[in-house]
Amino acid sequence: MIRLLFKSREAILGAAILVLVAAIASRFPAFVAPSNLANVFNDTAPLIILALGQMVVILTRCIDLSVAANLALTGMAVAMLNTVMPGLPIPFILLVALCLGALMGLVNGLLVWKLDIPPIVVTLGTMTIYRGIIFVISGGEWINAHEMSDTFKAFPRAALFGLPVLSWIAIAVAAGFAVLVGRTPLGRTFFAVGGNPHAAVYTGIDVGRAQCAAYVLSGALAGLTGYLWVARYAVAYVDIAAGFELEVVAACVIGGISIAGGIGSVGGALLGALFLGIVKNALPVIHISPFWQLAISGSAIIIAVAFNATSSRTKGRVILKKAEHAL
Amino acid sequence: MLAKGIEDAPPHRGESSAPVLSLTGISKSFPGVKALSGVALDLYPGEVTALVGENGAGKSTIVKILTGIYQPDDGQIRINGEPVVFPTAQDAGSAGVTAIHQETVLFDDLSVAENIFIGHAPKTRLGLIDRKEMVRKAKALLDRIGAQIDPGVTLRDLGIANKHLVAIARALSIDARIVIMDEPTASLSHKEIEETYELVERLKADGKAILFISHKFDEIFRIADRYTVFRDGEMVGAGKIAEVGERELVKLMVGRSVDQVFPKRTPQLGEEVLKVVGYSHPTEFEDIGFTLRAGEILGFYGLVGAGRSEFMQALFGITKPSKGAIRIDGRVAVTRTPNEAIGHGIVYVPEDRGRQGVIKGLPIFQNVSLPSLKQTSRNGFLRLAEEFTLARDYTQRLDLRAAALDQDIGELSGGNQQKVVIAKWLATKPRVIILDEPTKGIDIGSKAAVHEFMAELAAGGLAVIMVSSEIPEILGMSDRVIVMREGRIAAEYEGADLTPEHLVRAAAGITEVRT
Amino acid sequence: MSLASPDLAGRQLPDRLKTPLQRFLVSWELLLLSVAVAVFVLNSFASPYFLDPWNLSDATFNFTEKAMIAFAMALLIISGEIDLSVASILALSSTAMGFAVQLGADTPVLVLTGLAVGLACGAFNGLLVTGFGLPSIVVTIGTMSLFRGISYIVLGDKAYTGYPSDFAFFGQGYVWWVISFEFVLFALLAAVFAILLHRTNFGRAVYVIGNNPVGALFSGIRVPNVKFALFLLTGLMSGVAAICLTSRLGATRPSIAFGWELEVVTMVVLGGVSILGGSGTIPGVVIAAFVMGMVTFGFGLLNVPGIVMSIFIGLLLIAVIALPRIARRLLARRKV
Repeated sequence: MIRLLFKSREAILGAAILVLVAAIASRFPAFVAPSNLANVFNDTAPLIILALGQMVVILTRCIDLSVAANLALTGMAVAMLNTVMPGLPIPFILLVALCLGALMGLVNGLLVWKLDIPPIVVTLGTMTIYRGIIFVISGGEWINAHEMSDTFKAFPRAALFGLPVLSWIAIAVAAGFAVLVGRTPLGRTFFAVGGNPHAAVYTGIDVGRAQCAAYVLSGALAGLTGYLWVARYAVAYVDIAAGFELEVVAACVIGGISIAGGIGSVGGALLGALFLGIVKNALPVIHISPFWQLAISGSAIIIAVAFNATSSRTKGRVILKKAEHAL
Repeated sequence: MLAKGIEDAPPHRGESSAPVLSLTGISKSFPGVKALSGVALDLYPGEVTALVGENGAGKSTIVKILTGIYQPDDGQIRINGEPVVFPTAQDAGSAGVTAIHQETVLFDDLSVAENIFIGHAPKTRLGLIDRKEMVRKAKALLDRIGAQIDPGVTLRDLGIANKHLVAIARALSIDARIVIMDEPTASLSHKEIEETYELVERLKADGKAILFISHKFDEIFRIADRYTVFRDGEMVGAGKIAEVGERELVKLMVGRSVDQVFPKRTPQLGEEVLKVVGYSHPTEFEDIGFTLRAGEILGFYGLVGAGRSEFMQALFGITKPSKGAIRIDGRVAVTRTPNEAIGHGIVYVPEDRGRQGVIKGLPIFQNVSLPSLKQTSRNGFLRLAEEFTLARDYTQRLDLRAAALDQDIGELSGGNQQKVVIAKWLATKPRVIILDEPTKGIDIGSKAAVHEFMAELAAGGLAVIMVSSEIPEILGMSDRVIVMREGRIAAEYEGADLTPEHLVRAAAGITEVRT
Repeated sequence: MSLASPDLAGRQLPDRLKTPLQRFLVSWELLLLSVAVAVFVLNSFASPYFLDPWNLSDATFNFTEKAMIAFAMALLIISGEIDLSVASILALSSTAMGFAVQLGADTPVLVLTGLAVGLACGAFNGLLVTGFGLPSIVVTIGTMSLFRGISYIVLGDKAYTGYPSDFAFFGQGYVWWVISFEFVLFALLAAVFAILLHRTNFGRAVYVIGNNPVGALFSGIRVPNVKFALFLLTGLMSGVAAICLTSRLGATRPSIAFGWELEVVTMVVLGGVSILGGSGTIPGVVIAAFVMGMVTFGFGLLNVPGIVMSIFIGLLLIAVIALPRIARRLLARRKV
């Protein structure tokens, strides 16, 4: 019965998104044109990728507030690499971005694993450190479109079967995570560690190592997104994606991923990110100032967490036979 | 002072078969504590070895060493004569050692099949988890132990007894040769306990070597083939259960002869203090009514889950009743919050001491003064001197063993923590004290001290309610006993009617006397 | 009662194993104090301008407003909760004051507006956490967006200015010579919070709840009431900080105090408050405020950009938690 509830949680969110889209479409049919929907999805792709990474971190009872800073630092690093060596092939750039991001994730993970520092403190700290390092390596300068090579900028926008590469990467990451989380021992380990760390130790799982692995995954995805982000917007500077970590956490919370760990799904993270993406893209369409976006996503977080809490509230023990029948 | 029992019962070695697992000279120290010094333990295939010892004797340390959670400082572990080491829990598991703990250490949000196979799930050729195969294998394992559990359901939806079955299925799935059962019947009902015994028999028949840790002597004598006794981190005796008596075992355990003697009391009943009428809760209990007089100890007996603690917590204002009334000294009292209950002189020493009783992280004196802060403070400002005086006074009365009053309560033994919890409530000068399983999980010495003190309290005119699932304790301490079953009062006994047979029958709902 | 009967009476326990002085000598506060002194000495060597009284006075503005919030945050974190929306409460409170100015409000009304909005936001957080039983970290990530979001809705890319001239006193006024009003308020609030946490029943309840919320409930503490009061207090202090900051800047933009929540939490954790709840002191937070303020100021004098200072703050945050753990581990290894 509880399992049904979890399944239905995603269904409810999916329904809410459909209602939202339908409501917008009833007044502004252009919004649901396939090309526009593809646009919305492409726009939301970075959020989807990061939310999936954040999901595994939250599953293990941690949180990664450094994702946006990681994204910005990796983005700046690959952009600088590109200006120095414009001839580097894209696969190599992708590899660098993934590795650099994973390295920053590893730093977070090791601090949590080896030194047992609370995750929120670790990532608050590394968030400011990573952001500061961008300034140090760039000297506070911007890297603009004309300084980047054309192939560097073109990659995320290149169309493949009607969708940009950026969208395809988000789809691939989502598919990969569905397999990782549902069908691999590592994926089940994330749930085990977050659901009952004590029991995980007794079943031979190293809790810290699993948490570290989650951070490396989250970091690698942040690094990947860093390159895609910088290339797509064709600009790199200290403050890109500032505050984006909260939007990522928000997507997870809205997607029903329990901040207490052990509960969540790829579908949830995906829908949570899509919900925020649709709201963001719909505002200009329905002529509401984009300044409303922050308040709306804030309200969405509160409503989502309140909803999740009431639907999973544990009921008292049922001892009386009569009451058992009545329930 | 060593017990004579050691010479009487020299450690036996298996004559019939060689031990599958053999520990020799195992030592383990923690900063400031020597948990184990040179202990030995042998487990034989197809036999149950009971590990007996007081709390703090080193039982849980040896379990953690056997399961790879701790590394021994010294000594050797041999499996079938071959020396082995368990650097991680994984290594212990692959060597065939598995543990079933008192609080099941499983994953509530994973399915039964996933719980059984976490860490060693069957895989497809691609290296992914083969779900179909996993569910099929889980079903087969559950069938093998006679468990009617759907491998697809989430573990959260199962009761404790079924969770134990899943843990056992997991043990079978890794083809464990050595199964450690750490107080497996501690929180089970009578029927579930019987099922557990059957399961142990089945595991024995399968040739598993079983290490059975228990505080219950009746079950040790019922299911164990051998015993090993630990005391203060040392192995003080081992042998065949058939060759030892209960008294001898207790003697080995405590190092002195202890009959479980309860203080002799001649109750002097005073005025009626507490009267409860028709207390009801939508799901937990119904129509509970009784009276309690000053100087009386009223026992509440019942099976685990009969609603006793739930009712007591409602009386104390933790949960809200739907109907019913309380009178204290004849006046109506409303206890919607613990604060109001304390104000009316009703206090509650909870069963879950670690979570509900003590505030770990705070010093002893602050734990004692906590509910009395109104008295020790002035205008909301703390007066530490008053708090120390109060704490000194009450901890002395209870003969608390500690280094100083500013010591963190978390550093004390379970028995001493319980003394602090009782002290903190006595400091509020209550009329009615409710003790919920007051001696659960504390050593025999502290147990006797708590019993003695309860008798003193009653003699001093306090009205005492004691919830207990131990029949000797209920019979030894209570003037009158109320038996609860499925949230209702099933029977009330006093005087000559107060017999073990009556209590067990009433608790289990057996009304007709079989001839 | 016969409780005092001699056969039952046990030994009398000593009150303390260690004197308060011995405790202080191994305390976090002493370590932090040494760091503060070291930073002070290094700064005075590094820059000839550092020891100038007016410069030092200016430096206090780096931490006074944040510290006011940090005092309340310390209590909240000790109780096991957290409020990440403080900077957004500040922004909303400032926006409300700016709005009131447009309606022609005078200074007393502005102050009341600022405090009332802070209280209301705190009450909203407190209600969600205690009334609905939601985790505070998620709730306040939500209200963090919501409160600042409302400021953006009201202000967009505009700013409120035109605060009355006497309103400037709170952020720019001096009480005596180089002693600013803000510094006096900071010192006063430090004393009030130290007494509240360390010398009252309320403060004791905060520690009890942080160490064991269930045990607190079973001991007769009204856990939800205490937590609600702490959220109110945090909201109120964010309102006070809003008055000071708005007065000092003389303008309100929706991005005011952006990112302060992290600096406030850093200050609290640096001050020795356990992020897991249950322990920490106000003197620790006061010293941490000085350390952070002086580091910022010292770097400023050396023309180090603010963002680089943030690297240092981030490292400091991790280091102050990591170092004792590493030290403890090394010590433990040596013993065994």
